[in-house]
Amino acid sequence: MVAKDHEAHPLFLPAVFVGGLVFGVGLAVSEMARPEVVLDFLQFEDFGLLLVMGGAATITAGAYAVIGHLRDSAPLTGRAYERRLKSFDRNVLLGGTVFGVGWGLSGICPGAAYASLGIGNVTILWAIGGMFAGAYLQGWLRDVVTGDGSPAAAAEVSD
Amino acid sequence: MLADLYATLLPNGWVTYAAGGALIGLGTVFVYSLTGISVGASTFLESTLSYVSDRPRFAQYRASRDWRVVFSLGIVLGAAAWAFTFGDGPWLTDVQPWRLALGGILVGVGTRLGKGCTSGHGVCGVGSGSKTSVVNVATFLAVAIGVAQLVAAIGVSP
Repeated sequence: MVAKDHEAHPLFLPAVFVGGLVFGVGLAVSEMARPEVVLDFLQFEDFGLLLVMGGAATITAGAYAVIGHLRDSAPLTGRAYERRLKSFDRNVLLGGTVFGVGWGLSGICPGAAYASLGIGNVTILWAIGGMFAGAYLQGWLRDVVTGDGSPAAAAEVSD
Repeated sequence: MLADLYATLLPNGWVTYAAGGALIGLGTVFVYSLTGISVGASTFLESTLSYVSDRPRFAQYRASRDWRVVFSLGIVLGAAAWAFTFGDGPWLTDVQPWRLALGGILVGVGTRLGKGCTSGHGVCGVGSGSKTSVVNVATFLAVAIGVAQLVAAIGVSP
């Protein structure tokens, strides 16, 4: 479903910003902005990452299950409360695999990289630059190789 | 014996991880409850490219690119606010630049191809009970564990 994302409500962008702030504090507190801590998890030396992802997903699951029953639509946008469901295809596996190689090599993922920059870890710009390059490369490949610029192909927006 | 197990699994305790995870969840829920939007960090990469590129693949994100910049800016400033007040202050990672750059490229390709990352799939998708997201997360976790152990085994450190 294509929703209007240019939301006109004056509190829309402030609300998104505050949500981002809390999200960023969480990434800093949880140490996920530190590649070393993520790599420690991946080498089975510290299982804290499971608490971070599990805790965040559990709270989100609770809210997603309840909020839709309390209200019909979101106050600032009028959007219906929908769950985040994506269709399954082989790209989900292929993309997950490529992401896994990159995450295992670097210990950093997108949100954690932005938080890491905020903490003053300018070295992480290597990773952020790489992520933009990778996103561009993927977009270029999709457009050029598959001619995938059609509205139908663009219908499913991802996060 | 339980204490030994705890010290082995969580040598740095559980408090920072649980508290951080809860805040990540609360930030996600805050945006969702007010806007109905499921946030994710990696679409920002493509939506921001739409400011400088006319490629159709990125143009689809023009409608959401402004709030995605605002959300990502919130992440940067929220982490900064914590680090420079209650946190440990600034630090630099010791992980080598080539690992960050090459890993970053693969993260950029993989998250966009796979329709999401640790936040979009890992938090919102799993929180939605999405099978697609559960499969994606299981895939990237398993692969990342294998790669990180392999990289350490061949002596690359940090």
